[in-house]
Amino acid sequence: MTWAEIIVDVLKRNNIRLVPYVPDNVLTPLIKAINEDPFFTAFTCTREEEAVGIAAGAWMGGMRSLILMQTSGFATLPNALASLSVPFQIPIVMLVSERGTLGEFNIGQALVAKTMRPVLDALAIEHHTLARLDEVDFITDRTIKQAVATQQPGCLILSPQLTGGKVL
Amino acid sequence: MTAFSNRPQTRDSVKIMSRLDLTKRLVAKLHKHEAVIGGIGNTNFDLWASGRRAENFYMLGSMGLAVPIALGLAIAQPERGVIALEGDGSILMQLGSLATVASRAPKNLLIVVMDNGTYQITGGQPTATGLGADIVAIAKGAGLSQAAWAADEGHFEEMADQALAEPGPWLIAVRLDAEKPKIQTTRDPVQIRSHFMRGIGTQPAWGS
Repeated sequence: MTWAEIIVDVLKRNNIRLVPYVPDNVLTPLIKAINEDPFFTAFTCTREEEAVGIAAGAWMGGMRSLILMQTSGFATLPNALASLSVPFQIPIVMLVSERGTLGEFNIGQALVAKTMRPVLDALAIEHHTLARLDEVDFITDRTIKQAVATQQPGCLILSPQLTGGKVL
Repeated sequence: MTAFSNRPQTRDSVKIMSRLDLTKRLVAKLHKHEAVIGGIGNTNFDLWASGRRAENFYMLGSMGLAVPIALGLAIAQPERGVIALEGDGSILMQLGSLATVASRAPKNLLIVVMDNGTYQITGGQPTATGLGADIVAIAKGAGLSQAAWAADEGHFEEMADQALAEPGPWLIAVRLDAEKPKIQTTRDPVQIRSHFMRGIGTQPAWGS
């Protein structure tokens, strides 16, 4: 199985049906698989903050979500996470395609990527990097389960080591 | 679409009304356990002052996210009516969400935009609506065809009745005076969220 197929399987096992996202090139196979599967309700948002809000509303209404974005999109989220997800104890689970490292060609992506893990650490948000195919199932499954059980956000970072990343 | 189409209005032509009065009029119509997502600040405070419904959620930050939260809830609970109350400053911060709502077209969503033309809570600085932007025109441009200004209190009630009875999404914009809220919400996020989830049936009470 590919990393995308494994993630689809883990989402189904954890009854995550809603996937609001801001697209990313590396995420394309996952987005395609989710869009083609009637188990999921998936759609684009205009901003990543919007996806956080949608996932928060859905959670309170009894529906689980995964939100997808890339590193630069994560950089728009500190306020939404610090004022909504963390203090209200709403488990927003994020999957972030990692730009800005291991062959990045855009200096803006490289710089903004440096803010991601410090922001996650500053908000005490559990985060793990998916770098190996044989770890994708375990890390994704456990990150979702911990987020739900502790009612706190969790973040999965999709490394170029796993996906090949985006290159010129 | 009678109430929304029979009295076409522009922002400049509608009556300037009271936020607390309109919020009370809206809340008085909620007989089917509709959920209300209050945006931050004064919109929220007057929702709080209109009665402590178990189906009300009050944001404490995350300015601009009342509409996305309401959309997520409307998707999760398609049988429940969901209402987002937003100020003009807040909706201006997340205009893209109007396009997302239009593209998802949830039948059970009503957005009410409380437009006083100012960032009232920070000292009355003008918002873009106070300088000429028209939220209804923006909403229509985003694809929300069932969007209109309320001409006066009676028209607002007609529009709310229609929006609560017929398939949405709907957007009602109202113009407000400068009256300030008299009380504020609690600021305990977990209590707010937990109370709301019990109110909409997704979290059991203790012992059950």
